[in-house]
Amino acid sequence: MNRKVLTILGALALSTGVDAQELKIGFLAPMTGIFAQIGKDMENGFQMYIDEQKGSFAGAKVTFIVEDEEGKPPVGVRKAEKLARQDHVHLMVGGLLASTGYAIAPVSNRVKTVYVLSIAAADDLTQRDLQQYPYIVRTSWTSSQPHHPLGKWACENGFKRVVTVGADYAFGHEVVGGFQKAFEDCGGQVVQKIWPPLGTKDFGPYIPTIKRDADAIFTVMVGPMALQFPKQVQEAGIKTPLIGGGTSYDEFVLPSMGDEVLGHVSALQYSAALDTPRNREFVRKYREKYGKVPSYYSESNYTTAQMIHEVMKQTKGSWPGPEKFIQMITRLKLDTPRGPVRFDDMRNPVQNIYIKKVEKKKMHGYDKDELWNTVIKTYPEVSQFWTYKKEEFLKQPVYSRDFPPCKFCN
Amino acid sequence: MRILVLLIALATVGIIAPFSGPFIILLLAHVLVLGIVAMSVDLLLGYTGLPSLGQAAYLGVGAYLTAILATRFGFGLGWDFWIVVALGMAAGALTAAFFGLFAIRASGVYFLMITLALGMCVWGLAYRWNSLTGGDNGINMRGRPKLGALSFSDDVTFFYVVLGFFIASFFALHVLVNSPFGRSLVGIRERELRMRILGYNTWLHKYIAFVIAGAFGGLAGVLWAHLNGIVSPSDLLLPASVDVLLMVVLGGPGTLVGGLIGASVVVLLREYLATVVPWWQYVLGAVYVLTILYLPSGIMGLFKGGRA
Repeated sequence: MNRKVLTILGALALSTGVDAQELKIGFLAPMTGIFAQIGKDMENGFQMYIDEQKGSFAGAKVTFIVEDEEGKPPVGVRKAEKLARQDHVHLMVGGLLASTGYAIAPVSNRVKTVYVLSIAAADDLTQRDLQQYPYIVRTSWTSSQPHHPLGKWACENGFKRVVTVGADYAFGHEVVGGFQKAFEDCGGQVVQKIWPPLGTKDFGPYIPTIKRDADAIFTVMVGPMALQFPKQVQEAGIKTPLIGGGTSYDEFVLPSMGDEVLGHVSALQYSAALDTPRNREFVRKYREKYGKVPSYYSESNYTTAQMIHEVMKQTKGSWPGPEKFIQMITRLKLDTPRGPVRFDDMRNPVQNIYIKKVEKKKMHGYDKDELWNTVIKTYPEVSQFWTYKKEEFLKQPVYSRDFPPCKFCN
Repeated sequence: MRILVLLIALATVGIIAPFSGPFIILLLAHVLVLGIVAMSVDLLLGYTGLPSLGQAAYLGVGAYLTAILATRFGFGLGWDFWIVVALGMAAGALTAAFFGLFAIRASGVYFLMITLALGMCVWGLAYRWNSLTGGDNGINMRGRPKLGALSFSDDVTFFYVVLGFFIASFFALHVLVNSPFGRSLVGIRERELRMRILGYNTWLHKYIAFVIAGAFGGLAGVLWAHLNGIVSPSDLLLPASVDVLLMVVLGGPGTLVGGLIGASVVVLLREYLATVVPWWQYVLGAVYVLTILYLPSGIMGLFKGGRA
């Protein structure tokens, strides 16, 4: 932690100095509270890339300042203000929850500092609100991005009537919305939507209300919620198949899950079980260093660091300024652990979306049977608008608890 | 005497503040806003003997009112800011007037539980009433008010505005607690039965104190919304109310000034120390424990031999 102290002392000493050969990155992730472990995954991913480059991006010394945003939007705002005003960072990276993303974006305007959304998937920031926020760029995904393809996949694989159970906040609404839109456009029906609060620990009150005649239950769980729900569904004797939003089965929760999740299907832009040389190497290195399989939280931040590095390579280590940086990063085309990534004209990645099934097997040469998200179908180069026309898509409101409306409920 | 010391301290802070750096000045404004809430809790806890665990609710009502008026109707961003201040206080007072009907029946730990439950009702509304409150996202403010040439978006200006409100609140509450009404509250705290036998309508006295505390909570909410630029349900959660109560206990209940001292210690430890070391929570914990063990009347107890 001496690094942090030194950084702060340094910041005080050269309060106006923006050294050409230094890159200050402010990182926002929850370090306490129920999302602390996810925050650790985020930090580890980014830190691993910096370490691989021996702390220097194309000659610029990287100063990495981590702040605890506690998974609460107002705290995120305060910490972002601190990073920009006191530490004079060149860019802010991170923010876990979609609601935190929505809250920090206005700060990037106030302090005129780049904000890279490396996790926060809040749809509208790179959709209807984009014009308001010239200093943001997203390197991860919009909440609905993987779930449009999943909706199509579900409909094509024989599911007709689906109940959704989603965490009651922006991310949950947008994931369910994306799934519902694509699913219903292809002929499926969402027959019930249930919204437990974010961080629910006991689904007892919700499970009995789930309609029994549905073909599948679509879940959007975040962090510890994801462990609890499948267990309780199994205990309640419900045999309806479960499919899920990306975070319901990501590699952050997967190692803590039991056999009750075997065969569950979800979608995301990353799976640790991707069988590409790039990913195999990433998983091996990450696991060696941190003792666990990387989750998308780690991959996304690792890749974000890589993208920032690529920009710095082009400028030979000098900070290009916020406007130029945004321009340069959105022109990148990269090969990353998750696959090829480029950006659309609304500063959001275009990337592969993987439909994944939880399987127990050996993978990447590890000799134990473990749970892995086996990729069963790849939708290449998926944009945040899926197959919809951008203009038409942007005309509809952002996905919310009430949009798309539940036409087939009751 | 005590007031003189406080005035000198505030004046010193007021003079130093503009040079304290762009982040510290936000923290100072933060301390002052929470100081107002803490004083309102002190009126209940320190003077009336009612430990309220739901004060964040009134802060929330004021803050949401400000945010909704500003973002939906563009109201309160000019000279009409003063109307919003009045409305925020009224909204806090009205909410307290309603909640008081349930809460004032109880005392001690039951009062604690009822105010906790009522406070969480307001959180529930904020969290679930998506169309009005934006649900979990909360409401992003689009900018601070601009009164003629005086733009609150300048952090130094806004700090002085908050300082002004703090001083005004302090004097209003100071006058209140030293009035015969305030003395009757202390009487209720010490022995309610005796006060009742003496012919005081103790229910009404407590009720009025509760409503006044709500009004100051609402006022703090208005400032809170503009200070943070975001209003979120997590501002209304139980920890927010607990924090304020702890600030009062830490600073010294029954002193008013204690609230400000408690707020300074908590905010500066949390926000500033947290940026330097990761184990700041232990420091804060130790401060709480030591205060309770050795300073039962709070930090103000260092200067004085006990409660007012």
